Amino acid sequence: MNIFTLFIDALPLLLDGLKVTLGLTLISIIFGTIMGVFLSLGKVYGNKYIRWPIIVFIELIRGTPLLVQLFILYFGLPPYGIRLSALTVAAIGFSINSGAYTAEYLRGSIQSIESNQLRAAYSIGMTKWQGIYQVVLPQALRRVIPSWTNEVIYLLKYTSLAYIIGAHELMAKAKFFASRNYEFFKVYVITALIYLVLVFALTRFFSWVEEKYKIPGFEYQH
Amino acid sequence: MELIWSSLPSLMEGALVTIKITVFSLGLGLVLAIPIAFGQVYGNKLIKLVISFYEKVLRSIPLLVILFLVFYGFPRIGVRIPAFTAAVIGIGVRSSAYQSQVFRGAIQSVSGSQLKAALSMGMNSMQAFVNIILPQAVRIAIPPLTNETAIVLKDTSLAYALGVIDLVRHGGYIISTTYRPLPIYSAVAVIYLIMTLTINLSLAKFEKKLKIPGIGIEERAR
Amino acid sequence: MKDKNILTVENVYKSFGENSVLRGVSLSIKKAETKVIIGPSGTGKSTLLNNINMLIPPDKGDIYLEDEKITMENIHKIRQEIGFVFQDFGLFNHLTALGNVSIGLLKVKKMDKQAAKELAIEELDRVGLKDFADSYPAQLSGGQKQRVGIARALAMQPKLIFFDEPTSALDPELIGEVLNVMKELAREGMTMLVVTHEMGFARTVSDEIIFMENGNIVEQGPPEQLFNNPRVERTREFLFKLTELYGEGGE
Repeated sequence: MNIFTLFIDALPLLLDGLKVTLGLTLISIIFGTIMGVFLSLGKVYGNKYIRWPIIVFIELIRGTPLLVQLFILYFGLPPYGIRLSALTVAAIGFSINSGAYTAEYLRGSIQSIESNQLRAAYSIGMTKWQGIYQVVLPQALRRVIPSWTNEVIYLLKYTSLAYIIGAHELMAKAKFFASRNYEFFKVYVITALIYLVLVFALTRFFSWVEEKYKIPGFEYQH
Repeated sequence: MELIWSSLPSLMEGALVTIKITVFSLGLGLVLAIPIAFGQVYGNKLIKLVISFYEKVLRSIPLLVILFLVFYGFPRIGVRIPAFTAAVIGIGVRSSAYQSQVFRGAIQSVSGSQLKAALSMGMNSMQAFVNIILPQAVRIAIPPLTNETAIVLKDTSLAYALGVIDLVRHGGYIISTTYRPLPIYSAVAVIYLIMTLTINLSLAKFEKKLKIPGIGIEERAR
Repeated sequence: MKDKNILTVENVYKSFGENSVLRGVSLSIKKAETKVIIGPSGTGKSTLLNNINMLIPPDKGDIYLEDEKITMENIHKIRQEIGFVFQDFGLFNHLTALGNVSIGLLKVKKMDKQAAKELAIEELDRVGLKDFADSYPAQLSGGQKQRVGIARALAMQPKLIFFDEPTSALDPELIGEVLNVMKELAREGMTMLVVTHEMGFARTVSDEIIFMENGNIVEQGPPEQLFNNPRVERTREFLFKLTELYGEGGE
């Protein structure tokens, strides 16, 4: 079977899987980013009772494999009565994981905003939180766009792990299709191409976004 | 807890496999990355084009897909490789794409004027490279390489999907007889964490020993 | 009442670790007065300004804005009434000139959009930058940035304005435009406390010059007194050196 006919045959199945993959990526990046904002603000501006738990949490998540985190949620919870679907576990696991990494990127970005910005905010009577929200965060969020883009692409790629716990995303569909005709290699080449196209499109899109929201003269340091 | 204590030997066996995969993959990545980095810095347009294509592809495809491509691809050329080898090749080749970026960045950030100064003293290119550029590039490369090592360590967990009997799978074996997934997988996570922290700390120490004020660059996002 | 102080500073002390930067400094300013603080670098001149609006709280001392004591409780309100112009401009990078000037009005004073915009344009016009309202800080020259900084401080309708070495970070050609704005403000009756090396400004515009060294006020008095007839030898020495370095000031 040549690769083109294979591709056409596989398409419906793969598109089904692709929907799930994209959905997972979207949910994870949204919740992950929200988490990341709160965690990073807590880490930079919080007192020690807020900072230390956050630091421990971030180190735990960043120091352990994503797969193990998924296993803990998927296999570790049922004995205690919490039985979640593979997809739900995947969404939760990816969100938490992304949250921790995003928090670190954002922390770096926040700390790269010069302290005179916050000081100037104080000088016109803003409170600490007004200053953070009106002055530091808008700039930090723009500066973090390159790292954040990386994170989206990372998530897109690593949603493939959900296959291992049985979620029906792109990888799972590919494997299912391949197991019917034993053309494993060719099918995975097709799958690889699909990811390639997605990543390319996403990268282009984010470049455009970055360009659109650029502050003239105020480029982030790569 | 008793359970964790008695599981330790089995888990350590798995940890050893994990470490082996990590070391071999990084080694493979290193061996590939150096000529690639060279090609990117000193090569002609065609070489640069091929290399950038190589890198783009490897960074856009999920690791899981790469592993499957290697695992199912080799038999097609008549070579049956064990899962362990497939894992090392897949992880190693992908790491080479990131490592070569690091080396390229490190070489390029040692300023051109230093090279010129070296040459004008009468050194030839090889001497200039070994005596002036390499010592500085190595120091610059250490933090991102530390980062890469930790990432590879965590990525070896994907070898599980190929059936490799690594740390995660040992955890799975224990669970299949003891039915306590949460503590076991948590222990697995902690072992990874210890390994990650050890890597970070010891490489940080190493970096400190070599430190020269004024030389250093940023880490990559994951 | 004409003789009431706008600002009263009593016995301010500040140390950074072992380093004692302010050792009991007191001063006061009345409405429409312009006072200039001069002195060698590191003598706590900037620290004093930062102490008054609590950007860096002092260790000891009492500070009053009119009759109200400045504490960390009322500091946000107080800061609205004390304008602050920084040496490094401190403009918000992500906002246009108009945005910089109006953000305090919108978010701190809670004015409505239209009113804030009008007031902001007025202040920008006052410093001569109405045509640059939509420019971002990175697109402005140093002198323009500083003038936006001044407009931003003015927009809050403060009772007095602090200037912390406002021209020290500027190229020589750009200093003039900023000094001119400051002179005009003084002429219009703004109460100002200025830390600067600009002797010309100090001589012609200030009501009183305060010479500080080693955390204390060495001498203070009207410009004619300090320049022509200083009571302390050190004052004469310092002014001589300064005039050598910076000139007498053209304008």
